[in-house]
Amino acid sequence: MIDKIYKADILIKQDIKAYLQMHQNKSLLRFITCGSVDDGKSTLIGRLLYDSKMIFEDQLAQLKVESKKTGVQGQEIDFALLVDGLNAEREQGITIDVAYRYFYTKKRKFIVADTPGHEQYTRNMVTGASNAQLAVILIDARKGVLTQTRRHSYVCHLLGIKNFILAINKMDLVDYDQVTFDAIVSDYKNFADSIGIEKFITIPISCLKGDNIAALSTKTKWYNGSTMLTYLEDVKILQNKGVGRNFHMPVQWVNRPNQNFRGFSGKIVAGTIKPGDKVRILPSGKTSHIDRIVTYNGDLNQAVCNQSITLTLKDEVDCSRGQIIVSASSSLKSADQFDTMLIWMDDKTLIPGRSYYLKIGTETVSAIVSKLKYKINVNTMEKIAAKTLKQNDISIVNVTTDRSIPFIPYNEDRALGGFILIDKITNATVGAGLINFALRRANNIHLQALDVTREYRAKLKNQKPAVIWMTGLSGSGKSSIANAVEKKLLQMKRHTFILDGDNVRLGLNKDLGFTNTDRVENIRRVGQVAKLMTDAGLIVIAAFISPFQSERDMVREMMDSNEFFEVFIDTPLSVAEERDVKGLYAQARSGQIKNFTGIDSPYEIPKNPNIHIKTIDLTIDEAAEQILKEIISQINM
Amino acid sequence: MNHLQCLEAEAIHIMREVISETSNPVMLYSSGKDSAVMLHLAKKAFYPSLPPFPLMHIDTTWKFQEMYKLRDKVDKNSGMKLIVYQNPEAKEEGINPFDHGALHTDMWKTEGLKQALDKYSFDVAFGGARRDEEKSRAKERIFSFRSSQHRWESKTQRPELWSIYNAHKSKGESIRVFPLSNWTELDIWQYIHLENIEIVSLYFARPRPTVERDGLILMVDDNRFPLNEGEEPEVRSIRFRTLGCYPLTGAVLSEATTLTEVIQETLLTTKSERYGRVIDKNQGTSMEVKKQQGYF
Repeated sequence: MIDKIYKADILIKQDIKAYLQMHQNKSLLRFITCGSVDDGKSTLIGRLLYDSKMIFEDQLAQLKVESKKTGVQGQEIDFALLVDGLNAEREQGITIDVAYRYFYTKKRKFIVADTPGHEQYTRNMVTGASNAQLAVILIDARKGVLTQTRRHSYVCHLLGIKNFILAINKMDLVDYDQVTFDAIVSDYKNFADSIGIEKFITIPISCLKGDNIAALSTKTKWYNGSTMLTYLEDVKILQNKGVGRNFHMPVQWVNRPNQNFRGFSGKIVAGTIKPGDKVRILPSGKTSHIDRIVTYNGDLNQAVCNQSITLTLKDEVDCSRGQIIVSASSSLKSADQFDTMLIWMDDKTLIPGRSYYLKIGTETVSAIVSKLKYKINVNTMEKIAAKTLKQNDISIVNVTTDRSIPFIPYNEDRALGGFILIDKITNATVGAGLINFALRRANNIHLQALDVTREYRAKLKNQKPAVIWMTGLSGSGKSSIANAVEKKLLQMKRHTFILDGDNVRLGLNKDLGFTNTDRVENIRRVGQVAKLMTDAGLIVIAAFISPFQSERDMVREMMDSNEFFEVFIDTPLSVAEERDVKGLYAQARSGQIKNFTGIDSPYEIPKNPNIHIKTIDLTIDEAAEQILKEIISQINM
Repeated sequence: MNHLQCLEAEAIHIMREVISETSNPVMLYSSGKDSAVMLHLAKKAFYPSLPPFPLMHIDTTWKFQEMYKLRDKVDKNSGMKLIVYQNPEAKEEGINPFDHGALHTDMWKTEGLKQALDKYSFDVAFGGARRDEEKSRAKERIFSFRSSQHRWESKTQRPELWSIYNAHKSKGESIRVFPLSNWTELDIWQYIHLENIEIVSLYFARPRPTVERDGLILMVDDNRFPLNEGEEPEVRSIRFRTLGCYPLTGAVLSEATTLTEVIQETLLTTKSERYGRVIDKNQGTSMEVKKQQGYF
């Protein structure tokens, strides 16, 4: 046992400088271990660290103590305790979140992502897989290919991993039986073929006993391959087909120390670059030539993929964060509608039509999932129709961005084909998207440039357009106050129009119901109508329950700045329910109406409304006066 | 590219993302070797500009004197603003590692850090922590989100895919960012060697006055160290693998006086890097608990 703890390379003792030279030139391999719960993922990593002599005396001593206390391996060392670093994980004996571990051998440095097996932590597994170049899929020899084996293999394949090692573990528990091994391999091959994994390497191992990990086992004489470590050291990493040809660098930061220097800092995601090379800036399409490649250690004659550099250009062209500098020959295209694989990660469901931030490369735009085509049952690969997505769902969707972004399909290039979705309110990372291809539909519809401008139309009416957006519970007084506001504006010779929830639902939106998805679409359409009316120069008064902050923000974003006023008509639920002008609360309480805001559907109170009307203390006329007072300076020319 | 070049490019990319997506970042600076590497990477990331953020030292008043000297030198020469923050309550109460045990780290470091971040409204703090240091660190994201109470919620970390980092947050919330996440101790040493980065001489063996406490060799760095009756510090040739408050940092006996000798010894040792740190030993998950409370 003692000889297994950290033991250094002989060269370190004899010639440290030669050793450092050798170590410096090692390449880096990032891999992921996955498989079903209890297949031994964490144990494998513990074993790899142990067998590559990366565990120190004090760590081993602590491990021995903890193994006795909380380990599940009896008197043997429980290697899983080395990687399960969180309290909750050690208590429950499961892996919850991805852990990263580091070790090196004579040939390579390795970063291992140890990922959870349980379905509810798939999002953490996706995190680990997104940066991995190789996947080790573990299978318990007694159990064979399980649902989780399939799900993890599929996720790894989706995320673009091309190298797979199928490690059949716990061979000691099946007497190192070749027939068992072959049967599992054949079973897995059928599955791998069906989802498009082109090749994989198979190894019979026992993580607990160490068979075929660092040394070939005497118990599997029928096995002709190498050890796990040898494979990891020697495996040639298969590249994506799109990487390597043309230069691509998303601009991270414009570097301006003084007026004489303007550089563009970024990390190269594809290709190489030299001073003098002709480049294009996307999406603007402007061209220039590279002047210098600037680094702290001096200018470079050439920079290669994955380097972080600063470029200067020969011409004063407009270029900023989010844009991409590409070689002139690059065929990188831009689009604003995509067919996308989407992995949903949030505990709140995805609502098609809701606006999220989409971050790709160094660019962040607004985006909506415009259509949910189908979900994929990751256990059977079946396509299932779906209206919303739950946490860990994998689906095919259409995504629409609010402006064109340069992209490459994910299976050709991870760097410009993968994006994350961010919730605009909670700021959580809610989804991971892999672009399949651009949808060309929108290309034929160009925004018609109008000869008569919106400014001209507004000027003719002697006003500035605006949207006064009243939000609040049913029966809070939105419609009454909206009417009062409109009358006062008309008396002031302003041109107005009221959009009212009930009226719109009888016409434009009569195909929509009251599910969350339909509520979002309802507001999106009303927002678009309000937008057209402001273009016509009108002051629009909108009275909608509009229960979700994100939709109210979505409408705000559609308008020009300072044209949108969120007015919170604040009436306590008890008061609104007591009034119950339309008798709706009574019906909701008795269950005749479903999804009624305030009863069985949520109302999100505005965080920072422009105007806050507390109806309890005010008459309708006073409320209207207060609103007018706040907006009058904004609508006067 | 070799693995060190990959790690350097990754760290630079991370720093530039922070600058572009957040409003008021700060880089924590302790004058240790990881801080030295961080500062060096920051200079590289923004060259020819200076790093567009200040440095901040959360001072416990119990660091080694040599660390203060290097800190002051960096303050003078880096061209960057350096903020030194000491928790006024800890100062007033005279909190020290000899009398107050765990409270010392809690008050000076954890509370001090939280107070300083609040005082200057920093929304991002760069830290030099590495995942190979400790088990709960191995679980942490590169962009590690903290609540407005500075808490780390280990169970609900944001997914972090590819190299796309989510820096969105609400007012009062903050993010700790760890550009050295994927570096190992050996990577740090090798990088210092290759890039010729200045580090405090405490990392090199020299004869220094020492005493032994609970199996650790401690350096008597100033006259605040309470000696037992009749006890005389013994001069031994020692160096440090990791640096913290001097009464809490164990030394190793060593003859390694050059960087390559230090690396050689580090590679030949059978003990882990944080072996000499009292703070990690209390219980198996003490670092996780500290991090949830707002420690780095």
